[in-house]
Amino acid sequence: MSSDQPFITDESRVVTETRDSRMEGQGDRFNSRLREAFGSSPFILTKFDKFLNWCRGSSMFMLQFGIACCSIEMMHTYAVKHDLDRFGSGVPRASPRQADVMIVPGTIVSKFAPRMKRVYDQMPEPKFVVGMGSCTISGGPFQEGYNVIKGAEEVIPIDIHVPGCPPRPEALVYGVVKLQERIANGEAAPVTVKPYELEEFSDLEKDELVETLADQIDEDELVMRYNFADSP
Amino acid sequence: MSLEVPDTTETDAVPERTPDELEALLGDLVIDRDDHLNAPGFVIRPDAVQETLSTLKSEAGYDHLSLVTAQEYENRYESIYHLKKFDDPTQEVSVVVPADKDEPVSESGEAVFRTADWHEREAYDLIGIEYDDHPDLRRILLPETWQGHPLSLDYDRDRPQIATLPEHANPLEDHHHDSESDTMFLNIGPHHPATHGVLHLKTILDGEQVIDVEPDIGYLHRCEEQMAQSGTYRHQIMPYPDRWDYISAGLLNEWAYARAAEDLADIEVPEYAQVIRTMGAEMCRIAAHMLALATFALDVNGDFTATFMYAINDRERVQDLLEDLTGQRLMFNYFRLGGVVWDLPEPRGEFFSKTRDFLDQLPGSVEEYHDLVTANEIFQMRTIDTGILPPEVAKNYGATGPVARGSGIDYDLRRDDPYGYYDELDWDVVTEDGCDNYSRLLVRMREVEESAKIIEQCVDLLEDWPEDERNIQANVPRTLRPDDDTEIYRAVEAAKGELGIYMRADGTDKPARFKIRSPCFSNLQTLPEMANGEYIPDVIAALGSLDIVLGEVDR
Repeated sequence: MSSDQPFITDESRVVTETRDSRMEGQGDRFNSRLREAFGSSPFILTKFDKFLNWCRGSSMFMLQFGIACCSIEMMHTYAVKHDLDRFGSGVPRASPRQADVMIVPGTIVSKFAPRMKRVYDQMPEPKFVVGMGSCTISGGPFQEGYNVIKGAEEVIPIDIHVPGCPPRPEALVYGVVKLQERIANGEAAPVTVKPYELEEFSDLEKDELVETLADQIDEDELVMRYNFADSP
Repeated sequence: MSLEVPDTTETDAVPERTPDELEALLGDLVIDRDDHLNAPGFVIRPDAVQETLSTLKSEAGYDHLSLVTAQEYENRYESIYHLKKFDDPTQEVSVVVPADKDEPVSESGEAVFRTADWHEREAYDLIGIEYDDHPDLRRILLPETWQGHPLSLDYDRDRPQIATLPEHANPLEDHHHDSESDTMFLNIGPHHPATHGVLHLKTILDGEQVIDVEPDIGYLHRCEEQMAQSGTYRHQIMPYPDRWDYISAGLLNEWAYARAAEDLADIEVPEYAQVIRTMGAEMCRIAAHMLALATFALDVNGDFTATFMYAINDRERVQDLLEDLTGQRLMFNYFRLGGVVWDLPEPRGEFFSKTRDFLDQLPGSVEEYHDLVTANEIFQMRTIDTGILPPEVAKNYGATGPVARGSGIDYDLRRDDPYGYYDELDWDVVTEDGCDNYSRLLVRMREVEESAKIIEQCVDLLEDWPEDERNIQANVPRTLRPDDDTEIYRAVEAAKGELGIYMRADGTDKPARFKIRSPCFSNLQTLPEMANGEYIPDVIAALGSLDIVLGEVDR
C-alpha cells in the first residue's frame, strides 16, 4: 500500500479520549475496537477520491480470460500454492461486465485482437489491464509471425507489463500488487489512440484492400485494419 | 528408431506389404515414386486421390490418415497424405499428390477419411491449394478476409490486412428465431470459461438440444510452422515445441521434434539420456492429465474450489520436480538433439527421494480423485453415456490419445512404435470401452498411474547407473545440414495423442517445410459427432473430455 496513509486521525487525542467515542447504550457490535482506535471522533478525514482509490485497489475483480501458455501460470497464481486472493484480487469473474482488471495472458493474433478489444470495451470503468508475458509486450517469441500482433498495447492500454515467457506466478503476483499500488495512488495508463482500433468498414480509407473486400464485408460491420509494414 | 522403411518383425496381426506389392496394388494410379525416410511414397495424379486412398484403406488396411501436409515448390504444389494403420503404426505409406503451379487443384480425400476435411482446409488456408469435391473449403485458421496464403513462396508479409468482428445477433431477439425450423443460434466463445482458451463454438439449438455445432478455430494461430521454418535445426527450433501444448506437456512435445530431427540427421541418442527423457516426459504427462482432470471437473461440476485445487496441488508437486530437473516451470527447453541439456540435479539423492515421495503419495491422491469425482453420482449422471464417440468414427477422424483409447482403440505409440526407453519398461496401455465422457476421464486417471510406474522404474535405473557411463548427449555437429530433398514424418505419443512432425530438408541448416500434426486438431474435429443431438451441458462436458489445448489446435 501507499506510504501516504489515507486515514488521518489526530493521534494526540486518541490516547486520552478514546473512551469518549463509545456510543451510549450500544453494545460491542457498534463500539468495535476499530472505532475505538479512531479516537474520540467517529470520523476520518480524507479525500473521497483517495478513499475510493484505496477501496478499488484493495478489492479487484479479475476477468477470467485465458489465451495461451501464460493462462496456465495465471491459473496457478489463482490456485492453492500462490493464492492471489491473499492480496484482495483473486476472484476471477467470467463476465467482463463484472470485472475491473483484465490480465492478458498470451499471444494476440489478428483474428483475436478485435475480440479482445470488444471484451475490454465491455468492462465497466474504471478498468485496468495487466499484460502478462513477452507476447503482450512485443509479440515475444512469435514476433516474426505473419499473424501476430506485436504486443497487446497495439490494441488496448496496458497498466503493468509482467515480462517472462511465461512469468512465474510470483512475478504475476508482484505485477498485480504493483497495479494495486498504482490504483491506490490514483494512477492509470494514459488513454491514447491505439494503432489498431475497431472501426466500421465504411469508415476505412478506400484503398486497394478495402476495394477488394468491399463485396465480402457489410458497410457497418466492425473491422480492425492491420498495417503490418508499420509494426515495430 | 531405424531409418529404413520400418519392418514388422514384432507384429503378426497385420500382414505387411512391401512397397513393391503396394505399387502393384495401386497399379496405374502410381505415376512415380518419392520415398520418404519413414515410408514409401507414391506419386499419383491429382484427380485420383479418392481412388488411391480408398484402395489403400480397404485393401491394404491403411485406416489412419495421420496428416495431410501441403507445400509449395518452385515448380509445383504438393499435398502429402501420411497414412498409417491403427493396428501397427510402423506400417506407413505416403501418398504424394502434385498440383499445378498456376492452378493448384487436386481432389479432396474427405470422402474416404473424414479427418481430411480440416487438414485440407488448413492446406488451402496456409498454402493455397484448392481441393475439388471438398464439402466446405473455407479458411480455417486465418480470418475469412485474409489476403494471400502465408506459407506460399510469394507471400508478402508487409501487406495490410483486415479482420472483421462479425456481430452475432442477440439470441433473444425475435428475428433470430428461424420461423420455419424454430431453431436458435447460440454463440459460445471465443472468450468463455468452458472453452479452455480461445475456441469459438457456433451452435444451433432446437430447444435445449444441439442440432449443429461448428468449432471455429484460429484465435491462437501463432505461426508455429513459420517459426520452425525460420529456425536452425540444432538449437533454434527446440524452444517452440514447449509452446504448442503448453499444459506442461513441454517435454513430450520436444520429444516429437527431437525424434523427427534425430532420425532425419541420423543421430543416435545415448541410453542414459533416453532414460532421463522417458522419466521427464512421463512427469509431464502426469501434470497434463492433472490439469485435464481439474478443468473437466470445473466444466462438469462447476466446482472451482475442491477438485480444481486438489489437482493443481498435485500439479505443483510435479512442476517442482520438473523445475529441479530442467530449471523451468513450464517452458522447459530441456531436450537437445542427441540427448538432454544437462544431467540430473545435484545432489542426485535428494532429487530421487523427492521423486519417490511424490510417487508414494500419488496413489493416495488418485484414490481421493476417485472419491471426489468419478464415484460422485452427479458426475456420473453427467458423463456416463454422454458424448458417445464410436470407435469407427474416432478412427475416421484420426482421433488418437486418451480420446481414442476411451473408445476402446488400443493405440499407443509408446508401445506400438517404440522410442525412448519405453519398450524396456513394464507398463500397460490403458483402454476403456465406454466411448463416453466418463471413459475418457478414466483413461487419463489410469494413465497417471501407469506413468507413475514408468517414472519409478526410471528412477531405479538412474539410481544404479554407473557414474562413468552417464552420457547425456551424443556427439552432434554444431550445424546440421541434412541432405537435400530428404523428407521424414515421425510421431510420438504426447499427452493428447499422436504428435507428429513432418520435415523436408533442402540442404540448408533450416527445414524447408515443417509441419505439425497436432492431436488436438484431429480430436476437436470429432466434437460435432459427439455433441449433435445432445443437450447443451453435454457439449461442454464433451469438449472438456476431449481435453484440447488451443495452442496446439491452432499452432
